Amino acid sequence: MNRNAVSRWALALLLLAGIAGAAPAQDLKSFEQKTKVHKLANGWTFIIVERPTAPVFSFATIADVGSAQEVPGITGLAHMFEHMAFKGTPNIGSKDYAAEKKALEALETAYQAWQTERLSARPDAKKMESLRADFQARQKEAAGFVAQNEFDDLLTREGGTGMNASTGADVTSYFYSLPANKVELFAFLESERFAHPVFREFYEERDVVHEERRMSYESQPIGRLVEQFTTTAFQYHPYQQPGIGSPSDLDAISITDAEQFFQTYYVPSNLITAVVGDVHAETLIPILEKYFGRIPARPAPAPLRTVEPPQIAERTVVLEDPAQPFYIEGYHKPAETHPDQPVYDAIDDILSTGRTSRLYRSLVRDKKLAIDVESFSGYPGEKYPNLWAVLAVPAFGITNQQVQAALRQEVERLKTEDVTDEELAKFKARSKADLVRSLRSNQGLAAELAGYQRLYGDWRELFRYIDRLDRVTKADIRRVANATFQAPNRTVAMIVNRDSKAPAPPAPATPGGKNSGN
Amino acid sequence: MNRRNPRTPALLLLAALALPAAAAAQATRAGELRYPPLPAFAIPQPERVVLDNGMVVMLLEDHELPLVEATALVRAGSRFDPAGKVGLAGLGAAVMRTGGTQSMPGDALDDALESRAAVIELGANEDSVRAVLSSLKADFPQVLRTFADVLRRPAFDAGKLEVARNRAIAEVSRQNDDAQGILFREFNKVVYGGDSPYARTETYATLGNIQRDDLVAWHRASFHPDRIVLGLVGDFQRDEALRLIREAFGDWPRGPQWKPAEAAFRQQPSPGVYYVEKDDVTQSYVLMGHLGLRVNDPDYYALEVLNQALSGSFASRLIANVRTRKGLAYAVFGGVGSEWDHPGVSSLFVSTKTETTGAGIDALLEEARNVTAQPFSADEVDRAKQSLLNSFVFRFDTRREVLGRQLLLEYYGYPLDWLARYRSGVESVTLEQVRKASRHLRPEEFSILVVGPSEGMDKPLTSFGKVTPIDVALPPPPSPGRR
Repeated sequence: MNRNAVSRWALALLLLAGIAGAAPAQDLKSFEQKTKVHKLANGWTFIIVERPTAPVFSFATIADVGSAQEVPGITGLAHMFEHMAFKGTPNIGSKDYAAEKKALEALETAYQAWQTERLSARPDAKKMESLRADFQARQKEAAGFVAQNEFDDLLTREGGTGMNASTGADVTSYFYSLPANKVELFAFLESERFAHPVFREFYEERDVVHEERRMSYESQPIGRLVEQFTTTAFQYHPYQQPGIGSPSDLDAISITDAEQFFQTYYVPSNLITAVVGDVHAETLIPILEKYFGRIPARPAPAPLRTVEPPQIAERTVVLEDPAQPFYIEGYHKPAETHPDQPVYDAIDDILSTGRTSRLYRSLVRDKKLAIDVESFSGYPGEKYPNLWAVLAVPAFGITNQQVQAALRQEVERLKTEDVTDEELAKFKARSKADLVRSLRSNQGLAAELAGYQRLYGDWRELFRYIDRLDRVTKADIRRVANATFQAPNRTVAMIVNRDSKAPAPPAPATPGGKNSGN
Repeated sequence: MNRRNPRTPALLLLAALALPAAAAAQATRAGELRYPPLPAFAIPQPERVVLDNGMVVMLLEDHELPLVEATALVRAGSRFDPAGKVGLAGLGAAVMRTGGTQSMPGDALDDALESRAAVIELGANEDSVRAVLSSLKADFPQVLRTFADVLRRPAFDAGKLEVARNRAIAEVSRQNDDAQGILFREFNKVVYGGDSPYARTETYATLGNIQRDDLVAWHRASFHPDRIVLGLVGDFQRDEALRLIREAFGDWPRGPQWKPAEAAFRQQPSPGVYYVEKDDVTQSYVLMGHLGLRVNDPDYYALEVLNQALSGSFASRLIANVRTRKGLAYAVFGGVGSEWDHPGVSSLFVSTKTETTGAGIDALLEEARNVTAQPFSADEVDRAKQSLLNSFVFRFDTRREVLGRQLLLEYYGYPLDWLARYRSGVESVTLEQVRKASRHLRPEEFSILVVGPSEGMDKPLTSFGKVTPIDVALPPPPSPGRR
């Protein structure tokens, strides 16, 4: 640990905050005093932060797996598994598990028989119908043993809030909060679902996920565009696959697939849980040992092999759509853990954060070409080399081309001119204040700490990262801009409005600032 | 998995009274777990101070992090916009912030705030203009002075009005791109009436009618210290903060006597089916319901329990039946709605693939009818109450949250011990009261709005009643070149 750097940052914050004497709650040193890392023998890592400001706690469990671990045929499975993690275990959610187990085995046999016929070269319609009927009968039978939503019910009854989960391109997160006296309930439920999940109601839930796809991807113009953007920007790396899965895979993934996925990726050494709030490491650790320690160690999953080769040709996708224009462009960049990540953060800040940013002032305020411009890095994931991207919402009557030209001007300028001292200072001040703001909620902090532990192997990197940001120079920005913002490294995606490809008819101009409306 | 289930409140200290701490052995069933009592934790109480000019100030110290946050609620919401100038409060709030003050141009204000990583933002909803401030402790005195300047002496720069108008017009032009946006917007119009301040929306014409002079007049008429509630939470000392507030706002004279105009809305239900055609989606979006209640309704606590049992968790009726059991939807929710000072909207929502539109509507109608036809069981009510009471502590686990709620109570004239009343209110709800409260959901009065493709539904919409098509097409846009 770089002690010097850390105390410099702590000192800076002290000065900023004008505190004298009392130890501030937001530096690494004070966090080290209240934070314990405990790794179980099976490899599951726990981070415990004692923050007794109210009798509650939150946690985040992070699995180092996402849609990048899928291959064609099972796209959507990482997300599907996340949904299944709420369906219970032999001990939760069953009226009679011994009987249910048999029913689920029969269901899966019936499903596989039906699918084998359905996906065969020359499916027999009659045979398929009878296999489908058999599957549905088994489904009904299995449903009879389900004590529905018991997992959720146990939690909600006891005051659990914010129960949710999300699946990313390379990470899956599970989280909720409970009153402080329910720590053992958390340990019980969280260890149960990753010790022996039961994939009951799998095929009903698959329909739910298919509705999610329709809602979030198919029925929203930006969802449609983003799917095209992502599948175009990557040609080899599985970041290419939309996390929701392809429609045909969503019709085909099975309990067997989910079992295999669970066995491969949900091994204890692939899981990290951060617990933050009114908890005491001394009493919590024995509870964690008791509940999570019963899960046997299993071999770590094999690392992902595929690396996206350097892009050699610019790619453009044009989506003709009933919606108004929308513009995205992205460039390949290294993984989050690369030493240059803070430089990308600086570029984001200077280009698009706030009303003083270059893109806001140029495109929104002065040229009035866009109503929103936002850039970000780490899309669609952070662990593997990913994209820096910028999206712009063109103003009414403005084309994507006009927006693109103005945007490129600002991006190009980063390559040839140094940013100003003020811009760099503002970025650094804002990053420090943002860190302080991120410490306000138990839930947010748990997610951050577990996230840094996953990527860097050490939660402390959350605090050290500020030092890395502090060292970013003007020369770094020019160097990284030149390395990144090159046409062959670029993917462009845009919505062109289907109905108004011709420019709007001219109307009589009204005097400056006055609008007659119509 | 988005649970669309924003908050599940809670607490049942009672059940946990004097039980032993964690069982020695690992439990294999949740029923074997025993919980120690939750440590005593009082609801933090902000201090309330009324300045001589009538401005109400609420303060709550929180010394954990070196941050200070302020929120001002001003009685200048969009419900007061003149009919021809809908969007006035929205543009006004935006330009107060971006247009700078009489002593500092907007761009300089942006620079000053962002170089300190400080935030001042303003926005309007139907009820109020909300101004928020967030700054590091050391910068707070300066940022508060700027905040007061923005509220008291905005410059309403004409150029920044055009930037704000540009955004608002672009948003109108995009308002039919999103099916759910159409659904909620049009449903409000069906329920409250299209001209009601609770439903109407900006158009090219109303935005075009708003001039800089209108903003100046709006500010002069609405911004007075006696129409503002100001809250402060964070790392400050009470005496010093009050001194700074008096310095910044104390010499602002009271406004004239004023009684807010009542905002009109449709009192009668308008049952039937309403339909917006949208062909670029693969689902139908359905909302059905009618006018709801005010938070001060005597049945409010019973309805909190009812809503929880109907849609508050995965085990609730709507989610268990429509999502988990039937697999018809990813998003389904609903309940009796309430607002602080006017009736809310009671509604049920589902989005489902086009081919199951009819099945989705039937499923929602069935659940709405079952609220009375199959009264809630003792177990359902018990589960809902437990969940509300056990999670109650999350309603005051951060001081920011406490202050935020107290500000609203003050603004809408509710008793400041509302939260404690809420807990005892929910505790005392009986099965009988929940069943009686089910009369607030009246399926026979439902307006059913469907947004979705015109082809491919499993059932014609006419099977649910007379269908009134709603045309959401935009009027011809203003010429983009006119500015």
